[in-house]
Amino acid sequence: MSLISEMLSYPFLVRALTGGILVSLCAALLGVSLVLKRYSMIGDGLSHVSFGALSVAIAFGWSPLQVSIPVVVIAAFFLLRITENGKIKSDAAIAVISASALALGITVTALTTGMTTDVSSYMFGSILAMSREDVILAAVLSVVVLFLFIFFYHKVFAVTFDESFARATGVRVSWYHILFAVLTAVTIVLGMRMMGAMLISSLIIFPALTAMRLFKSFRGVIIAAGAVSVICFCLGMVISYRISTPAGASVVLVNLAVFLICTAVQAIRGR
Amino acid sequence: MKQPLITCSGAGFGYENFDVVTDVTMEILPGDYIGVVGENGAGKSTFIKGLLGLLKPTSGTIHVADELKKTGIGYLPQQTAAQKDFPATVWEVVLSGTLSRTGYRPFYSRKEKELAELNMERLGITDLRKKCYRDLSGGQKQRVLIARALCATEQLLILDEPITGLDPSAAQEFYQVVRKLNREEGVAILMVSHDIQNMVRQADRILHLKQKVLFCGSVEEYRKSPLGKQFLGGGEE
Repeated sequence: MSLISEMLSYPFLVRALTGGILVSLCAALLGVSLVLKRYSMIGDGLSHVSFGALSVAIAFGWSPLQVSIPVVVIAAFFLLRITENGKIKSDAAIAVISASALALGITVTALTTGMTTDVSSYMFGSILAMSREDVILAAVLSVVVLFLFIFFYHKVFAVTFDESFARATGVRVSWYHILFAVLTAVTIVLGMRMMGAMLISSLIIFPALTAMRLFKSFRGVIIAAGAVSVICFCLGMVISYRISTPAGASVVLVNLAVFLICTAVQAIRGR
Repeated sequence: MKQPLITCSGAGFGYENFDVVTDVTMEILPGDYIGVVGENGAGKSTFIKGLLGLLKPTSGTIHVADELKKTGIGYLPQQTAAQKDFPATVWEVVLSGTLSRTGYRPFYSRKEKELAELNMERLGITDLRKKCYRDLSGGQKQRVLIARALCATEQLLILDEPITGLDPSAAQEFYQVVRKLNREEGVAILMVSHDIQNMVRQADRILHLKQKVLFCGSVEEYRKSPLGKQFLGGGEE
């Protein structure tokens, strides 16, 4: 207990915790839908795009959020689109886009400010990254995401489970795609600086996978994913503080551990 | 005189500047059982998308009865890969069929829940209620999806290759369920299928497509027509 109150005495840690909890909640909720629709890799692709946009913004002295959010929203929209069309293999398209964005980011940084600790902190995250502005944006984002999942829950379910049927019964599916693209993009941009470009997609994927091991209903999976994500994040932060490991990596490792435990539980129960 | 549920006159459907099917003239009456047949790429799925209003007709007109417009059409899509391991209970899936009745209301009312219960009973899946959709057999999954479609509308079910992936006995059972709905409850059926032999046994009317309508009429006429003989002949040796 004293450990936690000690952690809470640092303003930057309070910011990181609040922002992080909100972002992991959003990531988990959106993640369930994305994973079930086979869009898991989009999170990974978007984080690289976000890295590229951020490096360019820093190099030119622009505001990082104002540049990267629109860029990532456009990329998200584009990636969802090609996945739908199915003309180009979407996994290949994502790989191409993310590698290009990463290369662009690294090149721009090397030519301007040089490879500083900043770049490394975008790659692997930094606990100091959460500013007041970020926390406020994270709060707004979670309000929107929670609103969507509470008041449009049944439509989210219908669109995730069966797009064609949802369309035939008059749900405006493309509107949900746009909304999901925007929300995912904002989640990733916000989470990326703390978790790191290489690690943020795990926040989207792990909780959903873990929850799917435990629950058989969509409602159960959604709630469990949110809970698992927040708990893993907090545990990861405590561990990170305690033994001075990087925050993002610690959170991912806790998520992995919980996932493995749940897989084992499922295997034992299934027997 | 029964009012048609859907009337197509000279309708064509396709993508951008490329028509897949053209000049379809047909109507679906209440209580009809229509089998849509044709080779791969004949435009069957495109035609269905047009009926459902997912594609706008590129030519001609399609008229949907007002009562169908309100609730949407009961639709059984082809199964997607994502659904195979989807964590959802049978109850959640069936209930989602009533979605068009809720409008902007965010939650289901008692009336919609009762409708879902009723349709689960009709298809004999009440005891599967809490089961996970991914744990069901192919035949059970189809029953769940029919129950969901019936929650949307009692008038017309459109089924797209419903027996793909079912074993023969599950397929027969499936046909029986559909026929019962059609004969006893007057639900109009439009089914796309490759299984032409069963289609002529089950349906009352046949629509044979190949970029345009090659045949549209009763099963008896189809059996006698040169096209029907040729198409049926191959499989009936």
